Amino acid sequence: MRRELGAAWALLGLVVLLSAATRAFGGGDFLSVGNLTNILAQVCVTAVLAAGASFVIFGGGIDLSIGSLLAVSAALAAGALKADWPVPLACAAGVLTGAAFGAANGVLVAWLGLPPFIATLGMMGIARGCTYVYLGGAPLFSFPASFRLLSEGRLAGIPAPVIVMGAVFGLGSLILARTRFGRAVYALGGNEEAARLSGIPVRRLKASLYVAGGAAAGLAGILLAARLDSAEPQAGDGYELDAIAAVVMGGASLSGGVGTIGGSLVGALIMGVVRNGLNLLNVSSHWQKVAIGGIILAAVLFDVMRRRRQS
Amino acid sequence: MARHAGPLLEMNGITKRFPGVLALDRVDLAVRRGEVHLLLGENGAGKSTLMKILSGACQKDEGDIFLDGRPIEIRSPFHARTLGISMIYQELNLVPNLTVAENIFLGREPSRGGFVLRRRMEGDARRLLRRMQADIAPDALAKDLPVAQQQLVEICRALSLDSKVIVMDEPTSPLTERETTALFRLIRSLKASGVSVIYITHRLEEARLVGDTVTVLRDGRRVGGAPARSLSNERLVRMMVGRTLSQVFPALGRPRPGAVLDVKGLARAGVFGPVSFSLAPGEILGVAGLIGSGRTELARSLIGADPRTAGTIAIGGRAVRIASPRDARRAGLCLLPEDRKAQGLVLGLPVVQNVSLASLERLSRFGFLRLGAERREVQGLVDRLRIRTPSLEQLVRNLSGGNQQKVVLARWLAVEPRILIFDEPTRGIDVGARFEVYKLITALARQGVGIVLVSSDLLEVLGLSHRVAVMRGGRIAAILPRKSANPERVMRLAMGLTREGVRKGHGPSRSAPDGAART
Repeated sequence: MRRELGAAWALLGLVVLLSAATRAFGGGDFLSVGNLTNILAQVCVTAVLAAGASFVIFGGGIDLSIGSLLAVSAALAAGALKADWPVPLACAAGVLTGAAFGAANGVLVAWLGLPPFIATLGMMGIARGCTYVYLGGAPLFSFPASFRLLSEGRLAGIPAPVIVMGAVFGLGSLILARTRFGRAVYALGGNEEAARLSGIPVRRLKASLYVAGGAAAGLAGILLAARLDSAEPQAGDGYELDAIAAVVMGGASLSGGVGTIGGSLVGALIMGVVRNGLNLLNVSSHWQKVAIGGIILAAVLFDVMRRRRQS
Repeated sequence: MARHAGPLLEMNGITKRFPGVLALDRVDLAVRRGEVHLLLGENGAGKSTLMKILSGACQKDEGDIFLDGRPIEIRSPFHARTLGISMIYQELNLVPNLTVAENIFLGREPSRGGFVLRRRMEGDARRLLRRMQADIAPDALAKDLPVAQQQLVEICRALSLDSKVIVMDEPTSPLTERETTALFRLIRSLKASGVSVIYITHRLEEARLVGDTVTVLRDGRRVGGAPARSLSNERLVRMMVGRTLSQVFPALGRPRPGAVLDVKGLARAGVFGPVSFSLAPGEILGVAGLIGSGRTELARSLIGADPRTAGTIAIGGRAVRIASPRDARRAGLCLLPEDRKAQGLVLGLPVVQNVSLASLERLSRFGFLRLGAERREVQGLVDRLRIRTPSLEQLVRNLSGGNQQKVVLARWLAVEPRILIFDEPTRGIDVGARFEVYKLITALARQGVGIVLVSSDLLEVLGLSHRVAVMRGGRIAAILPRKSANPERVMRLAMGLTREGVRKGHGPSRSAPDGAART
């Protein structure tokens, strides 16, 4: 419980720090409602990816393919839109594409026994390649206005992607904390053999985690396509690492069994806040990469040291 | 050099304090030249601490140590070795990717000008191995050797250091029956060459086979010592646990008529079987046998954790299909696995989640957990088993071994099994918790649960079982009724010795499989 609280304190500290810095160096008003909403909207894609990655990581796995699954899902949804499919159907096609690739990951890991790192590394290449093949190397763009509502629409002043993100995290949190499935996920991640001997169907469970991760990637792909009004073959390149970093900063253990999905959201927000703040401060994107990397290291190092002190 | 007339090694008044614990309280130990000295005691009695002091891994607070009559201060494991004291730990310490010869001479390879004289090193290693009658190539990689041969290599390393005292910590626990007899033969030849062996164990029956003198520790104190042959099991147990056997093992109930479990021709090709037995409701069937005899493998195949290649299982008279632990649980057949931490518990989760893990289906509705019902039920089990935990939210990692074992037991009681298989239920837990586990096992049997008790603690098997099945080479060599089962008879059956001490031919003997080699 205390671990994701630590992440929340870090987030708060960064917010205070960055608002003071922007005020001092004249980078605009970091704390304005407009800017905070902006941060939330920017962080949605990474956060939804991280929600899916949370399931996989809590269950003791890892999924490197989600950035590519995002791209292939977005491409297929875009293709469907261009073929004049109704918007909801096209979105469903995108999410299902992600889920299907995720199911392939699940079969490779759970039934064929490949290490998750390798299986999803392979799938990362396959899905990215499929995206290029399908799109012929060129982006699809200019979607119907009703699709772009997913990016530009607002409900009670809240941007649509933020609502989607909220729904994903609400649902994820409910599943992990309150359902039999969620319990089994933590048991699987904590000790697979104990879970199996207790009669939990570990293969099916494991595979379903990758399906969840893939579906979340599909959804993230749709959000991204709506925001850019374009599905690009290189979309989401490297996003898997942002998502994994968010989960880890949120207090999860990469060996599984530990973490909360709320923590992953905080982790994603930390990265979003830092990016936004540095943008306002006119720090070059090159230096931003350095800063984000450093923050990931600091967050995990802090956690490692605290645990060492406890034991 | 003139030989000192008294004991080769003397430890006098050794005291060691850890924060909050007096681990050793003025312990004496005297080991004669060329004897096998047994160090007996329960978990936590202080055996390991005493030997860590002797091997330099930890420093004493008070007391004196004499080797060959001269006082010595042992500063480090390296120093201990130069003094002629070597320790062979349970977890063997070979470097897997180096050869046997490289391991034996690790850190002191014969060399000239910084270059290792490989041929000389392998020649020296070969001579040592021959002395041990060990059929091991000096250029074989350590990781390719079975556990027993790795142990031999460690013993060679000790000999190459001209050790006068070799300490062996539960050396037979990873060994198969054939390897155990070979080790005993080797220990006798070490003895003949004047080396003293300190042999740590908690298995009385095997102690008698190799030991000359016994020292018993309990709660950090020396409670007695005597020539091995003069002590009865009864007496040794009393010394080790401070109670008589009848106080240790609760009275057994009477099994009910009929069979709750009927196993016919169960086998896993190349691993064990065929095995047939039946179990009555309320009966406790003990399963004895050495590591590699197929005990654990049988238990795991019974609940579908490992595959099987032949055989049928009937529960309560009805044939059941068990292809996974899930099937077994639904049929009312459950296993407490031998390695609590690796196979039983999710250490990073709280007590409540560990206990309810096998009952999630019953404790949920439409996939959603009934958290209130879960807590009530788990609290009830925690009270019933007297699991000492500050709260249901406590991480299982932070509980003691005995309480951890009770958490696993509580998980299975929650599913109300018809048959419960215990694999090493008291391994690594302290004496008090052991008695409680014994009481729980007998109480379950009285309620009509059929119990299979797999254990390498022979007294435990004999003291708790209505019948004892002795396994050897993957098969049941015999099923003895309680009356005719005694330690010597069971041990002989387990090792394949007839009354004359001649080995009978037996089934496939294998080196210890991964699952069984863990201790």
